[in-house]
Amino acid sequence: MRANRTLEIGTGMFVLLGFAALFFLTTQLPASGLKLGSAKSGYHLTADFDNIGDLKVGSPVTMAGVRIGEVEVIRFDSKQYKAVVGLRIDNQYNQIPDDSFASIQTQGLLGGKYIGMSPGGSDTFFKNGGRVDQTQSAIVLESLINKLFANFANKGSSDNGSGADNKSGSSDSKQGTQK
Amino acid sequence: MNGGREGFLMGGIRRMGAVLLFLLRLLAQSLPALGRPRLVINQIYNAGARSLIIIMLSGLFVGMVLGLQGFELLQRFGSEQALGTAAALGLLKELGPVVTSLLFAGRAGTALTSEIGLMRATDQLTAMEVMAVDPLRYVAAPRFLGGVVAMPLLAAIFSLIGLFGAQLVGVQLMGVDKGAFWSQMQGSVELRDVTEGIVKSFVFGLTCSLIAVHEGYNAEPTAAGVGLATTRTVVASSVLTLLLDYVLTAFFL
Repeated sequence: MRANRTLEIGTGMFVLLGFAALFFLTTQLPASGLKLGSAKSGYHLTADFDNIGDLKVGSPVTMAGVRIGEVEVIRFDSKQYKAVVGLRIDNQYNQIPDDSFASIQTQGLLGGKYIGMSPGGSDTFFKNGGRVDQTQSAIVLESLINKLFANFANKGSSDNGSGADNKSGSSDSKQGTQK
Repeated sequence: MNGGREGFLMGGIRRMGAVLLFLLRLLAQSLPALGRPRLVINQIYNAGARSLIIIMLSGLFVGMVLGLQGFELLQRFGSEQALGTAAALGLLKELGPVVTSLLFAGRAGTALTSEIGLMRATDQLTAMEVMAVDPLRYVAAPRFLGGVVAMPLLAAIFSLIGLFGAQLVGVQLMGVDKGAFWSQMQGSVELRDVTEGIVKSFVFGLTCSLIAVHEGYNAEPTAAGVGLATTRTVVASSVLTLLLDYVLTAFFL
């Protein structure tokens, strides 16, 4: 009887554990699954962007390269045709000037998108529910290349020598905006 | 079983046919075997619950290595945030099912083969037949079913533990952003990736259990015969796992 009991408990635990693992893998990993994330503390800001690229919920929000919060929600504003991004900033960073600037940047060459904040000069700070007015959209590589080629073609038709200079100039400016 | 007299090719074909016929007989006995769930539960415990420690430990370390290597590689492209995606897809689709199957063949498959082989060698199976008890139904089928049920669950546990192992190394040790790790993973893993792993582990479970039970049931009834059968179980299970893995991957792409 005693052996039976441990056997039953062991089997039950094993099957339970297995199905719990299956449940987690099928519901929590795919983007389509339901999320059971716990609510974290912090205060909330919103920011409108023309284009967020492939920014995702959970992407970090950084200031001077230090993580200060994360993207909490992404909505589409059907009146202004803009993306509204909800940010959650940790409570310890409560002295961010309310004219700070938010831009969507790319981590490394192939990395994911994140939001980088640069401080403004205002004396008042962001409060819960505040809105970031100054934003810069994600840089979409295709449109950048399009612009580059349009520029290149224009220059090329007017004078034939300076195409190469123009190209290097553009890629400099691209790096400048990403930094 | 004496494939020595035939050629290598004929021996292989004959063995394959024997395994398939055995599978059919086993499947025919599987439904009646379910009528005695106690026997099947016993075998789920033997094959599954008792393999849990080795599966969890291996999963943890495989995940941790994946975290280290993935970080090392992705860092060169400055995209270490994709570590979550790499670890999740690698574990769910390949490492989870395959490594679990290899461990299962070594841990549970050998136990099955030697147990049934020893029953054969000590004439226990013959005794059952004399008593009009079908050993296929009361010995082979429950063990087969136990393995089939246990394998997908083990693979899921392996993948899950591995994922946390990868997170442990990637996020806690190497400093990948935790939010990015999970959000990128959730952004690129689809339900069909998870299903692929489950289907794979189910097929592997079927194959490994079938081979283990077949080898034991048809082992030569000597000490050397049981040893040989056990070795063959591990070799055949491992090779078939890797071969089927390729076929299934090609099928799912």
